[in-house]
Amino acid sequence: MANPMISLQNVCKSFGPKHILKGINLSVDKGQSLVIIGGSGTGKSVTLKCILGLLTPDSGSIFVNGQDVTKISANGRKKILSKFGMLFQGGALFDSIPVWENVAFGLIQGKGLNKKDAQEIALEKLRRVGLARDVGFLSPSELSGGMQKRVGLARAIASEPEIIFFDEPTTGLDPIMADVINDLIVECVKDLGATTLTITHDMASARKIADRMAMLYQGKIIWEGAKTDIDHSGNDHVDQFIHGRAEGPIQMEILKT
Amino acid sequence: MPNPLQIIGRIFLSAFAEIGKLSKFAGTSLSHIARPPIYWRLVAKQMWLIGYNSLPVVGMTALFTGAALAQQIYVGGSRFNAESVVPGVVVIAIVRELGPVLGGLMVAGRVSSAMAAELGTMRVTEQIDALTTLSTDPYKYLIVPRIIASVLTLPLLVIVANLIGVLGGYVLATERLGLNAGIYLQITVDFIEQADVVSSLIKAAFFGFMIALMGSYHGFNSRGGAQGVGKATTNAVVSAFIMILLTNLIITVVVFGGRG
Repeated sequence: MANPMISLQNVCKSFGPKHILKGINLSVDKGQSLVIIGGSGTGKSVTLKCILGLLTPDSGSIFVNGQDVTKISANGRKKILSKFGMLFQGGALFDSIPVWENVAFGLIQGKGLNKKDAQEIALEKLRRVGLARDVGFLSPSELSGGMQKRVGLARAIASEPEIIFFDEPTTGLDPIMADVINDLIVECVKDLGATTLTITHDMASARKIADRMAMLYQGKIIWEGAKTDIDHSGNDHVDQFIHGRAEGPIQMEILKT
Repeated sequence: MPNPLQIIGRIFLSAFAEIGKLSKFAGTSLSHIARPPIYWRLVAKQMWLIGYNSLPVVGMTALFTGAALAQQIYVGGSRFNAESVVPGVVVIAIVRELGPVLGGLMVAGRVSSAMAAELGTMRVTEQIDALTTLSTDPYKYLIVPRIIASVLTLPLLVIVANLIGVLGGYVLATERLGLNAGIYLQITVDFIEQADVVSSLIKAAFFGFMIALMGSYHGFNSRGGAQGVGKATTNAVVSAFIMILLTNLIITVVVFGGRG
């Protein structure tokens, strides 16, 4: 525990009058897989974006590999970002370039690899996620949702990052494809030995991917523990969430008529 | 009831905030132009999209405007037997004002909207965030190529627009109004000065900057799904139009305002 890969200390973020994060404390050890669960709009995506530097927290510190990324130069950030891979919720594939170039993007733009070598690596990564060679030459818009997710995964692992973020990796997929993605994530991460942070509200996915779980509620981490402890957390909020009950301490903001 | 001073204050504050945000965006973009690397392959692609694909619409605009202008000047001039002013006025009007302004507006309609829609969609589908996570600066990859391409392409398009505009006037004047072709061309050449051409090209370069800046700014900062992208597209075109007309006025006053 001495030197966690990612550590957040008292991170706060507001958008105007809306306080999204109200003091997040969280740490992920090297090689560990942490899954943050929580309902929609609880600040899961904002947490990821703060760590990546896409958003700047209002207060608090975020350490990646011991370095405070909230007080870092643009060059330093670029160096840190080269350690990251991310699978976006909607895939976020670039639709102006073919699939293989999407996968190779970080290698070509970030690491300056030549196109021919990058293409070979990209096609190999596509094979790794179960996509045939010819898929690499299609446009992202020609792919199904599940295939796009797999391409997104291939892109996230292409530059063999030390840290990978998964933003809702199974959202919008059928249960079987969701499980295929879960298996791929577990395998790829094991291969790379990467540290991962996943946000999801899909409990089946969370149970499969996680070593540890944390629950985010109203801008705070209300529970954190090993995967095996989630079923006897003793926390009413966690119980309600993992069993998907409408009744409980978490009240949805729905106008009752 | 809200205090009217409060409302006025709020309008001014939000206007200044917007100007500040736009200036910061422009400043960041320009600072990236000054710092290599620049993705020239993307610049070339954008030049093709902006330039070549705009040729038909810019050409037609110039042709019809030049011809209509010749007809109007002829009608006006004939009231005091001054039909011979047609070539001179046509070439001055086209090169100094109508070529760059109408050309710029047509390109803005095509290009600012397309940029805003493309970048806006990239924003709402998280493609711009994805660029950052792939160690690629979105300003360098998306904005800088568009601005450079637009600034380089617009003067080329305006040269074409000027030539075709003058041609439109020439064709109408010689074919329909019976002016002498040789004399028409002679007067045209005599009338045009270097300053006219230079100011025309300077205007075009500034318009190119405004077109790309407005398209990029509104697309890059769009929020909230399809509706947000639609709004960004509209704002990009409207603000590009306004900026082109305002820049045109400023350059015209600066370049020609000193003359008697």
